[in-house]
Amino acid sequence: MTQSTTEVKTRVRDVGALRRWLTRPELAAVGGAILVFAFFALVAGDSGFLTGAGTASYLEVAAQLGIVAVPVAMLMIAGEFDLSVGSMVGAAGMIIGIAIGEIGWPLWAAVLLSFVVALGVGFFNGYVVIKTGLPSFIVTLGMLFALRGLTIGFARLLTGRTQIGIGDASADSVLTSIFAGSIGDFSASILWWLALALLGTWVLQRTVFGNWIFGAGGDAIAARNVGVPVNRVKISLFMCTALSAALLAAIQVLDAGSADVLRGELVELQAIAAAVIGGVLLTGGYGSVVGALFGALIFGMVQQGIFFTGVSTDWFQVFVGVMLLVAVLFNNFIRKRASEAR
Amino acid sequence: MTEAKTRDMRVLGHRRAFSRRAFLKAGGAGLASAALLGAAGCGQEGSGQKGGGLVNRGDIRLEVVTHIPASDPFGAIVQTGTEQAQKDMGVEVNYRAPDTYDIPQIQKNFEAAIASQPNGISATIPDENAIGPLVKKAVNDGIPVVIHNGGLDFWEKYGALNFVGQKEFEGGVEAGKRMAEEGVKNALCINHYQGQLQLDQRCAGFTKGLGGGAKEIAVEGENPTQVQNAVKTALRQNPDTDGMLSLGPTSVLPLLNIFNSINKGGSLKYATFDLAPEVLKAVRDGVLLFAIDQQPFLQGYLPITFLTTYTQYRVSPVTAVPTGPLFVTKDNAQQVIKLSAEGVR
Repeated sequence: MTQSTTEVKTRVRDVGALRRWLTRPELAAVGGAILVFAFFALVAGDSGFLTGAGTASYLEVAAQLGIVAVPVAMLMIAGEFDLSVGSMVGAAGMIIGIAIGEIGWPLWAAVLLSFVVALGVGFFNGYVVIKTGLPSFIVTLGMLFALRGLTIGFARLLTGRTQIGIGDASADSVLTSIFAGSIGDFSASILWWLALALLGTWVLQRTVFGNWIFGAGGDAIAARNVGVPVNRVKISLFMCTALSAALLAAIQVLDAGSADVLRGELVELQAIAAAVIGGVLLTGGYGSVVGALFGALIFGMVQQGIFFTGVSTDWFQVFVGVMLLVAVLFNNFIRKRASEAR
Repeated sequence: MTEAKTRDMRVLGHRRAFSRRAFLKAGGAGLASAALLGAAGCGQEGSGQKGGGLVNRGDIRLEVVTHIPASDPFGAIVQTGTEQAQKDMGVEVNYRAPDTYDIPQIQKNFEAAIASQPNGISATIPDENAIGPLVKKAVNDGIPVVIHNGGLDFWEKYGALNFVGQKEFEGGVEAGKRMAEEGVKNALCINHYQGQLQLDQRCAGFTKGLGGGAKEIAVEGENPTQVQNAVKTALRQNPDTDGMLSLGPTSVLPLLNIFNSINKGGSLKYATFDLAPEVLKAVRDGVLLFAIDQQPFLQGYLPITFLTTYTQYRVSPVTAVPTGPLFVTKDNAQQVIKLSAEGVR
């Protein structure tokens, strides 16, 4: 009897503000980001990494990954994967490219079409996952191949090419400033990234839908039993990830002035990596959008950092791999210390 | 300008029966190939059933085994050339491209092609040790093989009938020399697909032609933003850079879009391998110094015609047929823009 009283006492123990902050899922990613930043500041600080232009350069790369990583993190919290986002970037880009370059559509219509198709693909992914009960890993892996193949096939069928320029269509359009404009050295994609992260955090922390996401990922059956529309939550999130891929495609097409069927390869894995670095559990039910934001930041800094160090780019991928592993190990170290030290 | 033209002749002239100028006048690759075809002795386009010889055209079945993925803009043009030849010759062609650059998959494609006992195989040799023995095996099985695109140094060794393609290293050397003549001393060589033998050869040749002052940087071709930022940073890191060479349109297109901002007031000389409509427009407008064309259409087209004439009449050219490097400059870019948009240049 006395024992159970103490237990109850332990459970209602007041947790200090610092401890609560230290056990937040994103904390470790913030630590990792600081570590990576410090590394480059020391190694390449005198060669432009710390300048405004240098900062803009890695922020842009991080932002474009982050735009996809935010909804991917939310979907993972809900317990599902979307491996088709990379192919969706390529597909949406080619839709914009072909609609403008071959059919002569105005820019806004082309972008709108790509968004609609993306929503359709996302709905299809979600619907198949829910209806068949197959793991989303497999369903979206199928979509990864099928969508890339459809993109190549249709591009060759309609244009005979796999790369399409959009010519002057991007000039003098409001959409160009919205998607691919810049303030000084800093590109619009950074604002998109921050805005999406903010929106995602608000949804997760402050809305009923956010609670449903955690519920669906934590224990879908229990969540259903208490009345959470798990199917609706998951399908909407699949549509969000696909839409974010189309948004990234629009940004890249307007920024680069061209579309290519290969664009977006590996984005699916990088987005998952960013989410996991940011503290999202691969099993679902736990994580944060802010963490994914910092995960993408780590990725961007590492990817661009090597060019500041002046190391031969032959070693590029070794560098990316090792830095990511170190960042994640450091994350885990902090997380453990924070949760162990009672 | 005259100088440049003489140089073009020198690069191409000794191996080719027609000059660059005549070539362009003739109206493009399709016509030129038809002319070559006529010279080879079989001009009945698409007749299929006629022409005598050992077999009927319609009974000829050929296989193409390539290392270039279907998604590659360059491979798309090779495939267009192959399809055109298939129509013109009236033969059956099966085009086997891997979905990624993966040697084991290419080997399996090759084995499947041999197993189907075709009348001939047109193949690339991206890796001598992996593909060379398969070429030999096909030849030993009595299947004639024509090599295209990659394999200039090995095709004879493995008993292939012929080679149609570009001398990559020499193309790089020539590009380097041209840049050096424009006063370029320190250049970046932008590699969009690290680890690909032919791209490495281009860079190595470029370094030699320029006289050593070239730095290779690897970028991720599938991410245009990364390409832009990597090059911006590399230019900041190497402030005395006065020239850039892209190894293909994959890195050129995103870079052209920001070229004004990185051009340091016009002091940066920029050129590329391989064509795209945007590349040609940039060459025409003087933004790009030149673009090196290796006429991929012909690399798809000619092997099919050679294998057809060989199967039907036992005739085919006896030496390697170089399709490049052909330099497209300000003077001739306009003529090929339309063809490039159609996917044949």
